[in-house]
Amino acid sequence: MERIPILKMGRFLLVSIQVDMHDRLALQLQDDLTTRIAETGAQGVLIDISALEMVDSFIGRMLGNIAAMSSVLDARTVVVGMRPAVAITLVELGMSLPGVQTALDIEKGMELLAAVSG
Amino acid sequence: MNIAAAVETLPLLAPEHIVTVRQKVRQRAVELGFSLVEQTKIVTAASELARNTILHGGGGRAIIDVVSNGSRRGLRLTFEDDGAGIANLELAMKDGYSTVGGLGLGLSGAKRLSNEFDLQSAPGKGTRVVIARWK
Repeated sequence: MERIPILKMGRFLLVSIQVDMHDRLALQLQDDLTTRIAETGAQGVLIDISALEMVDSFIGRMLGNIAAMSSVLDARTVVVGMRPAVAITLVELGMSLPGVQTALDIEKGMELLAAVSG
Repeated sequence: MNIAAAVETLPLLAPEHIVTVRQKVRQRAVELGFSLVEQTKIVTAASELARNTILHGGGGRAIIDVVSNGSRRGLRLTFEDDGAGIANLELAMKDGYSTVGGLGLGLSGAKRLSNEFDLQSAPGKGTRVVIARWK
């Protein structure tokens, strides 16, 4: 079955979404990430969405769920690399991703994770 | 509005078809010379409505066509199903209202992302949503 790879880098997990995600793939990622956080005791999750050409309410909800679930498992989530056109559209759609930390790029996201997870 | 180009009909029966619709809509929007933001808006609206057709309508179809009004050209998308229909249209259009545990942003969000929006539905009569975005 198709899966989005999750990489471990020190205390953090890294995910880069490089495909046009269908709904099942989004749900699979949500499950896989929570399992990996629990297994590895990761303190942070960085999700790179710079390749995503759109984020609809389903993908937005998945990002919110991942942030909430990782928080319950004592890990912080940062979403990085959202394209400006995606951000404009997402807000007009009615989603402002409450509870999801964001950073402009991977580097800033890693800095943020390092800072908030001590 | 006159139909100016070939009409394309795509099936919406499984969640994977949402991706196909998104890709086709993107392709047509690019061909029409839509800006990146305009492309993203119409593709996102299409994604929401395509999912509605599958989740609420039990499957149906998406129809993509290019329309023109004088010198203006636009993209018109129709989503139709033969499902249970919507009993209360006003409620269905409300932000945050969902019958499937979703966020309830599909219809209202798609309307905000489009220049034209038309919803026709009645219990037992299926649902038809038509949106258009002009360049």
